[in-house]
Amino acid sequence: MPSVTRPRPRLAVWKFASCDGCQLTLLDCENELLAISEKVEISHFLEASSATAPGPYDLSLVEGSVTTQQDVDRIQHVRAVSRRLVTIGACATAGGVQALRNYADVAEFQAVVYARPDYIETLATSTPIQAHVPVDFELRGCPIDRGQLVEVITAYLAGRNPDVPRHSVCFECKQRGTTCVTVAHGTPCLGPVTHAGCGALCPAYGRGCYGCFGPSNSTNFPSFIPLLRRDGMDTLDIVRVLRTFNTAAPEFDAVSRKELGQ
Amino acid sequence: MTHHGSRVLHVGSLARVEGETALYLRLDSGEVAEARLAIYEPPRFFEAFLCGRSYAEPPDITSRVCGICPVAYQLSACRAVEDACDIVVDGQLAALRRLLYCGEWIESQTLHIHLLHAPDFLGCDSAIDLARTRRADVERGLRLKQAGNAIMELLGGRAIHPINVRLGGFHRLPTTTELRPLAERLRRARDDAQETVRWVAGFEFPDAGCDNDLLALAEPGTYAIESGTPTVMPAPTTAGLPPGSDRALPTRTFGVHAFGGHVVESQVPHSTALHSLLDGRRHLTGSLARYAVSGRWLSPIALQAAQDAGLGDPRQGTVCRNPFRSIVVRAVEVLYAVDEALRIIEAYEPAPRPYLDVPARAGTGHGATEAPRGLLYHRYALDADGTVTDAALVPPTAQNQGAIEEDLRRIVQERLRDGDPTDAELTALCERAIRNHDPCISCSAHFLDLAVERTGNSF
Repeated sequence: MPSVTRPRPRLAVWKFASCDGCQLTLLDCENELLAISEKVEISHFLEASSATAPGPYDLSLVEGSVTTQQDVDRIQHVRAVSRRLVTIGACATAGGVQALRNYADVAEFQAVVYARPDYIETLATSTPIQAHVPVDFELRGCPIDRGQLVEVITAYLAGRNPDVPRHSVCFECKQRGTTCVTVAHGTPCLGPVTHAGCGALCPAYGRGCYGCFGPSNSTNFPSFIPLLRRDGMDTLDIVRVLRTFNTAAPEFDAVSRKELGQ
Repeated sequence: MTHHGSRVLHVGSLARVEGETALYLRLDSGEVAEARLAIYEPPRFFEAFLCGRSYAEPPDITSRVCGICPVAYQLSACRAVEDACDIVVDGQLAALRRLLYCGEWIESQTLHIHLLHAPDFLGCDSAIDLARTRRADVERGLRLKQAGNAIMELLGGRAIHPINVRLGGFHRLPTTTELRPLAERLRRARDDAQETVRWVAGFEFPDAGCDNDLLALAEPGTYAIESGTPTVMPAPTTAGLPPGSDRALPTRTFGVHAFGGHVVESQVPHSTALHSLLDGRRHLTGSLARYAVSGRWLSPIALQAAQDAGLGDPRQGTVCRNPFRSIVVRAVEVLYAVDEALRIIEAYEPAPRPYLDVPARAGTGHGATEAPRGLLYHRYALDADGTVTDAALVPPTAQNQGAIEEDLRRIVQERLRDGDPTDAELTALCERAIRNHDPCISCSAHFLDLAVERTGNSF
């Protein structure tokens, strides 16, 4: 009796408004890339391959935020043809840096960049994927971490939940053995309120964390904001750092509005 | 189907380019009536939301224009802001910036060579497909790319959106001991880079020549990367030479402060990137342009590799204007970047401080560097407390768009003369013509959003 080989799970990668850095992270998994490509069938990944196969897909990785009406419709399609949908990166999970438009008059933004804004079709907001369709898992970061991406793909192939900690960057700093930049040098650092995943990079380079992984699962802003002020940040500095790469993350958004008395 | 009559070819989404773009081609009675690169990457409005931010923020914020060349954005931004504040970063800090940039050149150009471009020459859909038949070549490419990433990870913290770059220099300097293992790795990478030049030199290249002015930075004595003067080599036909001629022509230069007066952006309804013209003519930036204006300053090992690969000797006034051969020029540039990174590491002595202070002041500053895909220009206006009041970013792909469309027109026209291609053949040819220029669609961040009709499985 001939052995029946199980078909390989089918992977798709989709891009919305983004810088491509998160899907590039997949191509940066040099050691694992060819191994992954043997375990899964990469059915739709335009950045890497001109061969595309129609859905349904077992796992869709979605990069980027929703900023056009066309993409509002397209994400519905992606959801419909995907068994599991994982969003990758700050654009997909929190609107990305382009969500700064959410606080501005987009018509004014268009006029700054374009002589003929009437040629442009865009929405007034940049929104995370989760605002439009159900999402099975969100992988944070601007950009995402390579190791976490491999873990997510591995977990879904094995039929288990990804082991991705949701605590703050401070935990990673301790694990890394880095001296606290705030305690030692009075450097303002978003580590206490920021989601782990980068390996506490910035403090290891003597720099305060700037929050590129978005909020952790247990922030305490009422206690944290006075620390930032003590270390020399004023209201504008605080609003700017919260309104950067994870602008549309609800916790960052709420605190920045509160700081401005909005 | 005969090509007498009208025919429209539409490719809904191009693969193996960075970002989202489509192609529209209209043929009429055997002539190319229209060739358009219709870019539909949604606009992200960087120039607008930079206004009101602190002058320290553009390096980190603009790196998010493009995940494939973040260092280019960080360093063009640093140079422009430092220029506004009248600060010049030189010595070992400048050398370290160049080292970081070499890392990006190695990883970004290697990615393009192996994963995006080589499959076109070998009849594959992807590098993964290629790995089935030529695993050693793909693995060598991945190793080389990793060496570039290793530089970026050590010096920048991570390969995508590095965190160690700041105005005036770095947050933290590497020690000579930390750089040593990197040197060992780069010596192995140099062999891989030489082998890569030999590998791509053996591909088959269609005859083609681009008749565009070439624009790149030049810095006499070195192959310009992180600084230099904008330098123009005119198109061959302006000197009565055939398009695609491999002869160098006398160049002209202008100061980076005058960039906006020479490279003028305009909006066209059919594409999402602002088009630009150099002194009223289409121009090309990137590896072919750099090789034309700086080739003579390559290191001996890279010069030798270029000659062995059939590119001639740039010191004798030989340039390359065949876009298909850009893959060979890129491979030579990767070899140079590995060699240059080694030279910088060997001469490294930590600076007394990781960064120079950059006090805010009112003014306008300009900065240009050579991103892997070509010249990237930034301009910022600051007020006295360092708030950005105006920002302009001119990425290489937006500059190259006119030249790419011209390439498409010429290559398709030539193909039509050789018989009657099918739509599939034309599509494949056009995709190759576009990928020759390694367009980075996210970079041309001012994309309009055209209502592009999509076809096939381009959803």
